Amino acid sequence: MRSHDETMMLQTPFHSRVAKACELNQWDEWKGYTTPAAYTEVEQEYFAVRNSTGVFDLSPMTKYRITGADAELYLNKVMTRDVRKINPDRVGYTIWCNDAGQVMDDGTLFNFGENNYRLCSYTRVMDWLQWSAMGFDVEIIDETADFGALAVQGPTSCAVLKAMGFKGIEKLKPFGMSHFPFEDAEVMISRTGFTGDLGYELWVEPPKAITLWDRLFDAGSNLGIRAIGGNALEMVRIEAGFLQAGVDFVPAEETVRVGRSRSPFELGLGWLVDFDKGVFNGRQALLKEKREGSRYAFVFLDVEGNKPAEHSFILKGNKEIGTVTSAAWCPTAKSNIAFAQIESKYANSGENLTAEIYYQTELKWTRLLAKCRVIDSPVFSSPKRRQTPAPDF
Amino acid sequence: MNKRYDAIVIGAGHNGLTNAAYLAKSGLDVLVLEKNSYIGGATVSRELHQDWLYSNCSYVCSLLRPEITRDLELPRHGLQVVPYGGSVSFCSNGDYFGDYPDHERQYREIARHSIRDANAYERYEADVMKQTRLIRPFLLRTPPDPVSLKPRDLKEMKYLMDAFADLGEEGLADTLRFWTMSIADYLNEYFETDVIKAHLAGSGIIGTALGVYSPGTAYVLLHHYMGDVDGTVGAWGFARGGMGAVSDALASSFRSFGGEIRVDSEVEQIIVKGNKAVGVALSSGEEIAANIVVSNLDPKRTFLNIMDEKDLPSDVVSKARNFKIRGSSGKLNIALDGLPTFNGIPKNSPLMQTDMHMLDSLERMERAYDDWKDGAWSADPYVDMLIPSQVDPTMAPPGKHMMTVFVQYAPPQINGRDWTDEDRDAFGKTVIDQIANYSPDFKDLILHCEVRTPREIENEVGLTEGNIFMGELTFDQLLFNRPFPGYAQYRGPISGMYMCSSGTHPGGGVMAAPGANAAREILADLKRPNLVPEAYADD
Amino acid sequence: MTNARYDVVIVGAGHNGLICAAYLAKAGRKVLVLERNEQVGGAAVTHEFSDGFRVSSCAQWLYQFNPNIRAELKLDQYGYELAAENLSTIALSADSNHLTLSSAELNGASVTESDKKAYQLFIKKMLKFSGILAKASERRIPKLLEGDWGDRFALFKLGLDMKLLGKEDMQDLLRIALINIYDVLQENFDNDLLKAALSLDATLGTHMGPRSPNTVFSFLHRRLGEVFGFNGVSVVKGGMSTLSQALANAATANGVEIKTAMPVSRINSTADQVTGVTLANDEVIEASTVVSNADPKTTFKSLLGFPKLETGIIRRVSNIRMQGNVAKLHLALDSLPQFDGLDENQSGQRLIIVSTMDAMERAFNSAKYGEYSPQPVMDISIPTLHDKTLAPEGKHVLSALVQYAPYKLTQDWGSVKENYAQLLVERIGKFAPGIEDQILSRELLTPVDLEREFHLTGGHWHHGEISLDQIMMTRPFPGATQYAMPLTGLYLCGAGAHPGGGVMGLAGKNSAQEILRSNRSKTNLAGKKENVA
Repeated sequence: MRSHDETMMLQTPFHSRVAKACELNQWDEWKGYTTPAAYTEVEQEYFAVRNSTGVFDLSPMTKYRITGADAELYLNKVMTRDVRKINPDRVGYTIWCNDAGQVMDDGTLFNFGENNYRLCSYTRVMDWLQWSAMGFDVEIIDETADFGALAVQGPTSCAVLKAMGFKGIEKLKPFGMSHFPFEDAEVMISRTGFTGDLGYELWVEPPKAITLWDRLFDAGSNLGIRAIGGNALEMVRIEAGFLQAGVDFVPAEETVRVGRSRSPFELGLGWLVDFDKGVFNGRQALLKEKREGSRYAFVFLDVEGNKPAEHSFILKGNKEIGTVTSAAWCPTAKSNIAFAQIESKYANSGENLTAEIYYQTELKWTRLLAKCRVIDSPVFSSPKRRQTPAPDF
Repeated sequence: MNKRYDAIVIGAGHNGLTNAAYLAKSGLDVLVLEKNSYIGGATVSRELHQDWLYSNCSYVCSLLRPEITRDLELPRHGLQVVPYGGSVSFCSNGDYFGDYPDHERQYREIARHSIRDANAYERYEADVMKQTRLIRPFLLRTPPDPVSLKPRDLKEMKYLMDAFADLGEEGLADTLRFWTMSIADYLNEYFETDVIKAHLAGSGIIGTALGVYSPGTAYVLLHHYMGDVDGTVGAWGFARGGMGAVSDALASSFRSFGGEIRVDSEVEQIIVKGNKAVGVALSSGEEIAANIVVSNLDPKRTFLNIMDEKDLPSDVVSKARNFKIRGSSGKLNIALDGLPTFNGIPKNSPLMQTDMHMLDSLERMERAYDDWKDGAWSADPYVDMLIPSQVDPTMAPPGKHMMTVFVQYAPPQINGRDWTDEDRDAFGKTVIDQIANYSPDFKDLILHCEVRTPREIENEVGLTEGNIFMGELTFDQLLFNRPFPGYAQYRGPISGMYMCSSGTHPGGGVMAAPGANAAREILADLKRPNLVPEAYADD
Repeated sequence: MTNARYDVVIVGAGHNGLICAAYLAKAGRKVLVLERNEQVGGAAVTHEFSDGFRVSSCAQWLYQFNPNIRAELKLDQYGYELAAENLSTIALSADSNHLTLSSAELNGASVTESDKKAYQLFIKKMLKFSGILAKASERRIPKLLEGDWGDRFALFKLGLDMKLLGKEDMQDLLRIALINIYDVLQENFDNDLLKAALSLDATLGTHMGPRSPNTVFSFLHRRLGEVFGFNGVSVVKGGMSTLSQALANAATANGVEIKTAMPVSRINSTADQVTGVTLANDEVIEASTVVSNADPKTTFKSLLGFPKLETGIIRRVSNIRMQGNVAKLHLALDSLPQFDGLDENQSGQRLIIVSTMDAMERAFNSAKYGEYSPQPVMDISIPTLHDKTLAPEGKHVLSALVQYAPYKLTQDWGSVKENYAQLLVERIGKFAPGIEDQILSRELLTPVDLEREFHLTGGHWHHGEISLDQIMMTRPFPGATQYAMPLTGLYLCGAGAHPGGGVMGLAGKNSAQEILRSNRSKTNLAGKKENVA
């Protein structure tokens, strides 16, 4: 029995350091945790990721530990992709759907070997995971608060970790993971991230969190390390083309209105659906959709001018065919990018569309009909992201 | 010879006043007659203990249609609704379950009991909201008559069916299930923790002579979820100055359109001549003529008390007799010398300002219903209590408090006989003991306590059997069946006679929708332009 | 694909499984029926519960069996025989002022003329309402939105039938369809015993009391029999096995192969379709169509296995409410029990012990909390009065359905079973003094026993509560309402499907029609697929 005080806002294991570094004192709430929107200056934080190293506290991410004799079999039913292809000590990006083939969320699945997995996601899915587990020999534990995590991302991130003494970290392949001894305990490092650049995520038990932070920033002091907040992360993830649950789609079981959820195909994630692996949630509905066609399509848009197309309607001629879900000016790619949900028949590479943008300067609102073009891929993709051994800068 | 009014509205409850306000706004000469010396019906604030204001019937506000609040300019006429968030259930083991309005805080508190339930709540909320969205647009519409082939009924029927069709085949099936399930079965599909199920089930039974295991109670839950405060669907608020503020604002709005209210004027009879209502006779013997008579009394009182059987078609008389309007609840209004302490939470907890219950399990609630079926009040009653004086400084002197305690179940009769004063006092004591089990200093703080059983509520307010909704919210009495099949469009069985009470669609709960909907029909019959607003869109 | 020897494999030889098999075979399908028990019939069987004493094990009356099935399958040629029909219901009164309810009239010393008149009007009106339900029961339930032209036409006809009731009756149907029998009977009648007697038909076999909303619907459901021409209950000659055997004979005559004592351990499937079944002896039988006569929980959870199903289906199946409340008492009697105020002919009618609606409601209260009621409600049959073959010369069998005896008891059924049986006997003894001394042996089947013997999950003989949230377009669950389950080639043909339980046979017949229909359209679909390829 706990008292009501414990229902106050949560703090991550790094909070004392985060709070000190958060000079702007700009905070957001993220799944009940206090999380910084910006530490010092958003532009600088953004460029730390693109130019040196940015550190993001991602401890609030929901984490489930899935174990038991049927863990692999079970996850293969829950996920749309073939989980068996994620080898031990590897991480896989994955999505999962309800029976209607509508995306509930995306996340990363860590294979610790021997039917021992971690699922890391934005939304909470314990209810769905438990319903799905009926008939399987699996145990599912919410370990969100049991691990702190830092994303260490950017061109010098490998150099920083090497300087910390994580020997051989440069050999870690993208989507690989490795365990390192740390202060009588251990830190798990995966080569994963949400930035499209070289980068790692460090996972540690809460008692070692502060030491990890301190050692990390010591090691990075000459390598341009900087803590980054949610605002900077938003810029890099749009530039790198990553979807965000609750922004670019509504988790299927949280929708109230009919037709507001989206399928993997409608989110450009059809490549994560494997029809050859047997039963999985959404299979029948997705087979039907594949046969009959999708209602919507997710597209990247290259928008003319430099005004972000936030909340814009997308038009074909005068006809409204969709809306923008995320948009940003991308300082590295020097382009104006938008994610949009449009009617599927217009989702052809090179299709010319119009974004109806509203922006204001000194209280003067302007309506802008900006030309935009459907492009195939995100505007930022660093070759460093794939290089092994990882470069130092 | 008295003057002839365009319309007389019987009963100055909130629906009567709403109806009258729209008729007056349209330019009609309208008189509202009230039997009590004060207006408001069951929507009142009364100083029954010096310096304390009691919302001694209805006590919180959510369902009041925002379209009407705005349209009749109730804020300008003095109405302020202050939202409060959440609710709490105290358990017999000393623990509690706090339901916070902040989503994450709520998640953490449910997760304290069950992580799975905390996550399942998100699905539950979305699923209930689907049903809420379905029903809300119908609140300010007149139900279609399903057996009629009139163009308007067909059009409304199509509107109704289109709304359902929008759900898709499985969604429609889920709606059918939701409407026919018990709240207990419904919650069992989402949750595993007893106290969470019990806490949420409360809204499925309040004001209803059904138990949590009775099919149909999932819909009753909806009735408590479909309101909103400032667009937050499902939120509830305090009317500053007590619920009487709602009636006062409606009365003020009505008067601003030239309306006239007479208190201490009990109507004894609706006068019918040549199958047409032509006025009313007061118990004083006075007769007042009018072209239209609108009854804001419940259907039983309307047709069995103030109308003559010979003036009515026989089917209406039997339908009125069979109309289910069951006393199931009582009320305690308590003046407190200070803020009581409740086990488990500090006095400064935000939960103190919300609905408080004493609950452990669905079974405990159901057993209270079993007592009601046997014609007894429950020894372990379900209560919904609030201390609005923490938020509203007008209710009690500084540092003192006013507590409102809604109690379920209280039968309309004790084992087939009428309530006595002794029964009432024993009932009050049962409830006070129940609260004291969870609040050690509660009894010492009591300065004054008003105990209302169905008898008191019926005698003073005129709600038959003390039923707060003026008729059970079961499917035989909802939509086109409310109050009776064939009479759901606010028109009475004789010309010039109308109904506007909570006994008509969409039912009780201080919504003001029945009053407004009836006004729309009356204005249509008089070939006057409609003044009643449509529901706000939500898509 | 495969050289399957059977077009269709049916799991379970309950009456619906046999009916489904017979119709499929009549249409030229090669059908195999697999039954785990020694005899066919499922819950419609007869067993010897004591030396020389036999009784219908689960279902004891026939009152809803669809006459078209009887005719179409020529059951009379195959052994269908009734020992008695059109029996009245006699509601026993402690003071011997019993009431006799027949489909034509109500009799009893304590009944007023106005109740008698009201009874006739009420029965007539309910028959009209049940008539609409019957029409909806004789075919698959139409989809409301995504239906084909047949569904739309069926919906239109249903709407028309409602309109044809006339304004007043239609209004009344819309009013009472979703409420409780208690209020409706209070509106219509004065006599307490009469109200209790009628409310038994609304609650028997359900987890509901007379005051539970939705019980008007279950009343109309029970009364489907009257639409099908039953003027009261019937007794099958030789017990229910005779009916099942007649069905088996009809099926076999049409070419169906039936194997008893042949339990199916699994229904086999790929990600997209069923492929056949595996027997307990590990033999695999291939078939592209598998029909389950098991209840939906058994079908999905045990036979297919949740791991092979998408999670939404698991949720749906898990949420089906099916916890039985009925126990079955069998007494082997040395001589005919002497019920106060009943002659021998009357003793052969359907005898019910109900007292009042409030008492029944209190009996239901116990069931809500996992207790058995000390004041049980009973539906008693003495079949030996109509069929001497069931007992040795001069001896008798008393069979009683007993409610409320909840499946989930807070105590262990095993430990209280004897006490409960004793309580039941004493209860009967109040109306038939001396019966205790006539008992040669007795058998009590609790819902747990019924689950074990007849493989009814929760001991629920309707394969799922007959409540408005679990019938018609929600039976067995949304998305699976037209016999075809959400896995290609899998069908449900038992009481878990529309129109539900009772020995009615329509689920079996309707499902066969659906299988034949879909086989026709599959040919089209395959043709279309080829074009795409």
